Amino acid sequence: MNISIPEINFSIIAPELILSAFGLVILLLGAFFSEKRGNDHLGYISLLGIVVAFFFTVPLMETSQHAFNNMIAADGFGVFFKVTFLIIASLTVLISIGYVQRADIASGEYYALIMFATVGMMLMAAATSLLTLFLGLETMSISIYVLAGIMRGDKKSIESAMKYFILGAFATGFLLYGMAMVYGSTGSIILEEIAAYIKSKPELLRSPMIIIGIALLTIGFGFKVAMVPFHMWTPDVYEGAPTSITAFMATGVKAAGFAGFVRVFFSALGPFQPDWIAIMWVLAVATMTVGNVVAIVQTNIKRMLAYSSIAHAGYILVAFVAGNDLGTASILFYLLVYAFMNIGAFTIVILLGKKGEENVLISDYAGIGFRYPLLGVSMTIFMLSMAGIPPLGGFMGKFYVFSAAVKAKYYWLAIIGVLNSAVSVYYYLRVTVLMYFREPEREITGLTPFSLASRIAVIIAIGGVLYMGIFPANVLALAKRSIMGLM
Amino acid sequence: MNHLLSIIFSLLDHFLTTIVFLPIVGAIILLLINKEKHSAIRIVALVFSLAEFVISLPLFFLFDPKIVGMQFVEKARWIPEYGITYHLGIDGISLLLVLLTTFLTVLCILSSWSAITVRVKEYMISFLFLETGMVGAFVALDLVLFYVFWEVMLIPMYLLIGVWGDPRRRIYAAVKFFIYTMAGSVLMLIAILVLYFINLRSTGAATFDVLELYKTVIPVGTQYWLFAAFAVAFAIKVPMFPFHTWLPDAHTEAPTAGSVILAGVLLKMGTYGFIRFAMPLFPKAAMAFLPLICVLAIIGIIYGALVSMMQVDLKRLVAFSSVSHLGYVMLGMFALNMQGVEGSIYQMLNHGVSTGSLFLLVGMIYERRHTRMIADFGGLSKVMPVFAVIFMIVTLSSIGLPGTNGFVGEFLILLGAFRSRTAYGVVAATGVILGAAYMLWMFQRVMFGEIKNPENMKLKDLSRREIATMIPMVLLIFVMGIYPKLFFAKMDVSVDHFLKAFKAKYEMSVEASAPRIVSVRSGENTLEGKASSSQID
Repeated sequence: MNISIPEINFSIIAPELILSAFGLVILLLGAFFSEKRGNDHLGYISLLGIVVAFFFTVPLMETSQHAFNNMIAADGFGVFFKVTFLIIASLTVLISIGYVQRADIASGEYYALIMFATVGMMLMAAATSLLTLFLGLETMSISIYVLAGIMRGDKKSIESAMKYFILGAFATGFLLYGMAMVYGSTGSIILEEIAAYIKSKPELLRSPMIIIGIALLTIGFGFKVAMVPFHMWTPDVYEGAPTSITAFMATGVKAAGFAGFVRVFFSALGPFQPDWIAIMWVLAVATMTVGNVVAIVQTNIKRMLAYSSIAHAGYILVAFVAGNDLGTASILFYLLVYAFMNIGAFTIVILLGKKGEENVLISDYAGIGFRYPLLGVSMTIFMLSMAGIPPLGGFMGKFYVFSAAVKAKYYWLAIIGVLNSAVSVYYYLRVTVLMYFREPEREITGLTPFSLASRIAVIIAIGGVLYMGIFPANVLALAKRSIMGLM
Repeated sequence: MNHLLSIIFSLLDHFLTTIVFLPIVGAIILLLINKEKHSAIRIVALVFSLAEFVISLPLFFLFDPKIVGMQFVEKARWIPEYGITYHLGIDGISLLLVLLTTFLTVLCILSSWSAITVRVKEYMISFLFLETGMVGAFVALDLVLFYVFWEVMLIPMYLLIGVWGDPRRRIYAAVKFFIYTMAGSVLMLIAILVLYFINLRSTGAATFDVLELYKTVIPVGTQYWLFAAFAVAFAIKVPMFPFHTWLPDAHTEAPTAGSVILAGVLLKMGTYGFIRFAMPLFPKAAMAFLPLICVLAIIGIIYGALVSMMQVDLKRLVAFSSVSHLGYVMLGMFALNMQGVEGSIYQMLNHGVSTGSLFLLVGMIYERRHTRMIADFGGLSKVMPVFAVIFMIVTLSSIGLPGTNGFVGEFLILLGAFRSRTAYGVVAATGVILGAAYMLWMFQRVMFGEIKNPENMKLKDLSRREIATMIPMVLLIFVMGIYPKLFFAKMDVSVDHFLKAFKAKYEMSVEASAPRIVSVRSGENTLEGKASSSQID
């Protein structure tokens, strides 16, 4: 009997290893300094870990290696996503410093779990086998379940975590079941081998088992990226979770979900494209429309941003339906720019709160534009970017997404998309209307002085939004290079 | 010294870029000034807008009217993946509109001197950003670049209406303005993308450059859709009946300078869009939609005039008169002959000058009395003689009295319309009478008669600053009325080229689409003939 020893190649999982190690150290340090809640030093240590991981990630960009029996890869696609996750994680850590103290969160667990969740996301993006993908997904999900409920004294936080956990576990079940079906039909969990097998057996294209498997996978991923009709959890969870974690979920989990979604569907299940496109078309339209329409009537800004994040998932699905290389590249671009603008917006939400008074109603924003000019301008930039107004990054993201749809001749999808984007202008503008056009109903005073870390986070976010809006060529070219070899 | 000279020369190479971005430089400098120092802020803003105007003036003199095509061209790669370029250039049409923009901006900043007393810094910054957007949209020759500038204009205008507008309904007006324009333009974005991919498939060249895209013949069926998408976006901006409902609100609620810019420049974006993009890109569809557009334009003329007549609010009256005036512009443009198109462009400038002046005058009186209701006035000519004289001149220019600018534009448009189809000319001409009726009636009620309202007794006549604001306008009214050749000389070649290119591409589209024999007989500079599918007179 021949037993092949899997080749061990630590260099390609170095970023994950580093983050895990830092996570463990932080957990340990947290245990020693447990009496001191909201320890900022742990935040800085996590930042250090992220930066170190970043330097180990970037060199992988130009390589295309597989390791561990083809279970994991270091290719452009994975690395682009890993960089995105590291940016998301670092911004999340930056906005957590200060907030953790205010919300009275145990910082050891908090930062460690952010590290572990990021490891999970990175594994998902790099996975070239269904099993690795699942491991990554669970690592990420379980960390996020805990993070959502980490404000133990807060009922809403607990409710949010409970809801997310139960529904999430359910969705994971679907996903796993779908993987089993695919494995049962093709006899492999390695994406490449699945694709090769399907190609060699055309009769599989009509096999109900694998089609049911694809449907179940769609549900599983759909839950993670908050796709209608699997979005019900989003507003409650986003509202209840600590705001920094909401930002992390809205950007990181969504991006990781899409990374897995795209990787599995395009590199393993490519031949089934005609089957899934019809259903994804409908889901894309439903996701955009439900997200945008329901966002209009929200009164709580976190819920509004939750519905807006559903709508953004819808735009990304438009690119997914387009299915061409432009579409896939635009998904990468969009998720990155979405990370900047969304975390930016949540940062402002955090900054406008203070201990015991989070000020998360949209009406709380009345008049702050002139009271806190920089905060107002930043929020305006993020809102306009999400609405897709040039020359901000959000516009370029939408431009690429819709151009992919037009290229693939999904004209109606593109038209519904842009009309949705026009609808969304209404609720994004409403925030600016309040900030600049209305007098405050009650004075918001005594805000904690904005910490250096949160200022840096806002500056990075604005810089990202502007850079990707005015000089998008470099990032797009990078995204295009990254998806070569995927399709 | 040498260093300075070399900087100046390199700026000359980037003449249009300098003009586009100079206001932003001003805005950034304003950011650094303490917000309490109102007069310093006003002066810096004025200096920058004046500098902008002065820098843009040489365009007029350096522009060679004999050259066909774009001048002062700048081209650089922007997003090479898509072939998107930073491509600027002007021809005889955009030249005049750029000058109108820089000219009106100076007057607007002057007119805001005492009208705006709160948040002056933010106001001036918005205004300068707006100027960049407007100038940029007029000089952009790449569709994506144009779209970017087109949308960039929205935000400062939205803020101008929403923050400094009339407190009662400003928010409604601002949001309505934004959503209307946005809804129109997103469809245009899709049309731009479709156009790009059609061109990419047929020629293999990835480009959003409008000069390249002019050459592409688009299948007729697609042309209809694309033209419709562009036309809706532009028609909302013009605004053409029935897309005009945002206009009275926005114009009425905006602060004076906002109304001036809105009427003077922003509406021209729509008509300019037709002449630069929608018509030359899709001539076949433009011809097919021609009857519809002409009829809507005429409805706009008559409807705008009738509604103006019934207004009790001065500003609203002027706002509705814009609907009527812009109807003429559209009618002239779609007459598709030399007279009509030149008249139409001239009328764009006229409308900027005369309606801009009207808004300024209404703003001046509003500042004094804090009311705009016609019924509150009467007999003002006795207490404010200078004001009355200027108001009279502007009113007559708006009506189109010979000797003023309005006459030249309207006359040419009607001439063009008659030549294109007599019925259009006849009906549109009745609008002239209605126009005279509502303007003169308004003038009579405001200026003549006894002073019934004691509050009007003590009104001060125009201050020196206000007269200084109005004098350039009055001069321009006469110069444009008496010596129009000065301006027509600049646009003749461009308009002629526009018509020829339109006709040539129209014929190509017809040939490409229909095997049937089509005879296109051309009279001098006029597109006449009978096509198999659409009747053209």
